[in-house]
Amino acid sequence: MVNQVRMKAENVNFYYGRTHALKNINLDIYANQVTAIIGPSGCGKSTFIRLLNRMNELIPNTVLNGVIFLDNQDIFSSAVDPVEIRRRIGMVFQKPNPFPKSIFENIAYGLQVNGIKDRSFIENKVVESLKKAALWEEVEKRLHQSALALSGGQQQRLCIARALAVEPEVILFDEPCASLDPISTAKIEELILELKKQYTIVIVTHNMQQAARVSDYTAFFLLGELIEFDKTQNLFTAPKDKKTEAYITGRFG
Amino acid sequence: MKKERVQKIGFFLLFLCMAITVFSLVAIIYFVASRGMQIISWEFLTQAPRDGMTKGGVAPAIVGTFYLTLGAILFSLPLGLACAIYLCEYSPKGFIVNIIRISINNLAGVPSVVFGLFGLAIFVKFFGFGVSILSGSLSLAILALPIIISATQEALLAVPQSIREASLALGATKWQTIKKIVLPTALPGILTGVILSVGRVAGETAPILFTAAAFYLRGYPKSIFSEVMALPYHIYALMTEGAHPKEQTVIAYGCSLLLLLLVLFVSFIAIVIRQRQRSLSHG
Repeated sequence: MVNQVRMKAENVNFYYGRTHALKNINLDIYANQVTAIIGPSGCGKSTFIRLLNRMNELIPNTVLNGVIFLDNQDIFSSAVDPVEIRRRIGMVFQKPNPFPKSIFENIAYGLQVNGIKDRSFIENKVVESLKKAALWEEVEKRLHQSALALSGGQQQRLCIARALAVEPEVILFDEPCASLDPISTAKIEELILELKKQYTIVIVTHNMQQAARVSDYTAFFLLGELIEFDKTQNLFTAPKDKKTEAYITGRFG
Repeated sequence: MKKERVQKIGFFLLFLCMAITVFSLVAIIYFVASRGMQIISWEFLTQAPRDGMTKGGVAPAIVGTFYLTLGAILFSLPLGLACAIYLCEYSPKGFIVNIIRISINNLAGVPSVVFGLFGLAIFVKFFGFGVSILSGSLSLAILALPIIISATQEALLAVPQSIREASLALGATKWQTIKKIVLPTALPGILTGVILSVGRVAGETAPILFTAAAFYLRGYPKSIFSEVMALPYHIYALMTEGAHPKEQTVIAYGCSLLLLLLVLFVSFIAIVIRQRQRSLSHG
């Protein structure tokens, strides 16, 4: 079975001022698959994932060369609205970052900023998103309480529900479990496996076991370069590059 | 043993400094209250001065201070808010913005009498507003601006980058993010700044000296182009002019007590708002 390419990075170079953070990256992201990006701190994996929904252009003094496609459309072309790209490509961040509002308002927000006013549609969508994010049963009786009162793991699932509500096509996870305990981490991983049926998923992770557990494809980044990209199973059992082998066997990083 | 003794002496010195500070605050309040209390009555609060400022009340000064403060906030709040939002959220970070920031901070350090002179030259003379509530409010507004701007900037900077990113990642525009996420989150901090500036503006004498304040008026102001009496200036007048220093001094203490209560009340509101914000943001 050949997987369909959903997003594609072609000769991507990225600079923070004079720092060359990404060097000539070429990478395909397949539809309805989980692509993991691994590598030691500072290897450019977060930089890369933040290019996929144009979050990096909010940082001053950065330069991008190369092209990133979503369904054959260059997302950086001047005809494309970055706001629309960010709606279509959702993101879950390293630290849970709910708004200081109620659980309900957190999820309704994305719909409201995208121009939806129909109250009953919003209410249904909030319930649906919470169910998809496996959070509904825990919060159903306190939808109008502050989201900040939830535990870290619940907050992160709320952030996933919030991302799902605006119906993205691709979801980017930037080390989503970095600040969570093992039980919350297991729940998020389970959720990712469930979500890939409907969405294309990219996940940056520090944790190689996590990459092995949840992903179909894995990309190994080192010092801004893409060292190896393969099916997860192949990359972890038979790495082609010496550096990949050294990293996954824990010799550095 | 020696280390412990040094520590004890250190703590004692810190305690002493704290005690001196608290004592002077309490002393001021006690001193003003004990001398001003006797004069405060319904008549004092609601009547105009009579018999060469030795009898009657200070109602026109209370009303004047209210108008001047209200006017100053009406001018400075929208201007200060807009300025802070632009500087924090929109302006490109760099040399020029730094210069603007430093200038605003310096504006906060300008002696208030300078604002009075500026107000006289610009609002009273150049724009021809005359000695009036309008000129006084505008002069006070310039004084309040840096306070409001820096409080707003601090409140905006305290809004975590992570929730701005969360909003943008959902397909919100920058303006939507500022309006619906950043400003509501920063609101308590902004309000605190506004309230503190109210306290400051209400008590200022110098900026209204040449721009708004009248020594003695029979009636209440009729329009924004009227001169007004104001509490701080009234205290000044009572203590420096007139033929009955003994009676006037008591009235001056009464006015001081009113001003003090006003400022304490306003600070109290600021504290309540800050507390409420804390309890909200921790679930």
